[in-house]
Amino acid sequence: MSDIVVKTEDVVKEYRMGSNVLRALDGINIEIQRGEYISLMGPSGSGKSTLFNMIGALDRPTEGQVYIDGQNMSNLSQRQIAAFRCHRVGYIFQSYNLLNVRTAHGNVTLPMIFAGIPDKQRNEKAEKLLDMVGLGDRMYHLPDELSGGQRQRVAIARALANDPSIVLADEPTANLDTITGREIIDLIKKLNTQQGVTVISATHDLKMLDVSDRIVDIRDGLVERIRNREEIEIQVGEVGGHE
Amino acid sequence: MNQRAPIEEQIDLPFVESLRISFQSLKIRFGRSIITTAGITLGIAFLVSVWTNNEIELALQESGRSSEITGLDEAAEQGISTKDIWLIIMSLIVCVVGIANSMLMAVTERFREIGTMKCLGALDGFVVRLFLLESGFQGFAGALIGALIGLLGAVVLGLKNYGFDLFFYFPLLPAQPENGPFQLGVLLLILLGCILGMILAIIGSSFPAWRAAKLPPAEAMRTEV
Repeated sequence: MSDIVVKTEDVVKEYRMGSNVLRALDGINIEIQRGEYISLMGPSGSGKSTLFNMIGALDRPTEGQVYIDGQNMSNLSQRQIAAFRCHRVGYIFQSYNLLNVRTAHGNVTLPMIFAGIPDKQRNEKAEKLLDMVGLGDRMYHLPDELSGGQRQRVAIARALANDPSIVLADEPTANLDTITGREIIDLIKKLNTQQGVTVISATHDLKMLDVSDRIVDIRDGLVERIRNREEIEIQVGEVGGHE
Repeated sequence: MNQRAPIEEQIDLPFVESLRISFQSLKIRFGRSIITTAGITLGIAFLVSVWTNNEIELALQESGRSSEITGLDEAAEQGISTKDIWLIIMSLIVCVVGIANSMLMAVTERFREIGTMKCLGALDGFVVRLFLLESGFQGFAGALIGALIGLLGAVVLGLKNYGFDLFFYFPLLPAQPENGPFQLGVLLLILLGCILGMILAIIGSSFPAWRAAKLPPAEAMRTEV
């Protein structure tokens, strides 16, 4: 199977800070297969979140191209980019990014509102998704009334609202304790194996290692190395010991 | 699920949907909405009270009973005095700055929300429309309350200064006296106050909302207040 879902070509991202130019990405080339679970690993400041933003069309690269489903993202119109974010990708963030003015249910229905799905249909779907992530009894609570782990579950349900083919997770466990983090990882892994969703996760959580098919190590805006699952499995025991 | 079809175009949302989302947001952020609205209310109350007070003075002068009415300043016999003009201009400035400031703050603290909505597939125009609706409603409600408070203030002040004669010559409707400046009348003043409050609120919020909506979501979400 060589069905490439994401491909980046010499992606460069520079941030201008006053007179200084910070080169966050320095020419990134990766290919991600459909159905893979990829972890982008690296210390903070390595550029992994920046790369995450480029793949998710949340920011524009300074140079280089990002292709998703064979489509060059820089050629898309405003409306196409909005539709891309709405239908093809589900985002999960470190700080959950739920809308505090909407209930858990309201958060999950929002992407479906943007997709133009009728009232009844989207309500049912939201209930089903919240049930699936184990929040069936807290559907109509506001995010402020939920724990961190519960909020992240709402975010996962919301990410899945429009049946995306890619789930992008930016440090999804960074604000959670070890056990809750483990549960969230298992949930994301389940989506990957059971529904065939491609998962791309920026992380430096070592627990993410043993569920990943491949790990892309990012350092100083460059791909340092790409490790396969086989290589990882050897290391897991060792890593687990430290946890 | 595994689409390889070309990426389609995002649809426009029906207006009712925007209306529903904006009202929901106002309702849940009620406390915060009240504070923002209070900023508008204060500005308009100040403007309307100064203006109404001025209209009352003019009306009483026009009534020809100025000599009988105690307290009416004889030096300012005819027309609006320079002092009054200054007071109106000052109140207008306070009103503009106050409203612009409270709307600007209200939008800036929601940059992250704007970024998030864009991640979920919102079009820039939708985000702007949402803020336009919210601020328009807040502006109108705040200004209406402010205008009524201002009117009440001016009437109380007028009663204190001129007694009940005030009500015989109350400048409710627009009038053009034979020799004197055109008088807007209090009803028109209230209407103008409401429109002004609404327009200022809309400008004050949709400009920063438009700017935030144009940003790439990653950047909008990075913004911390």
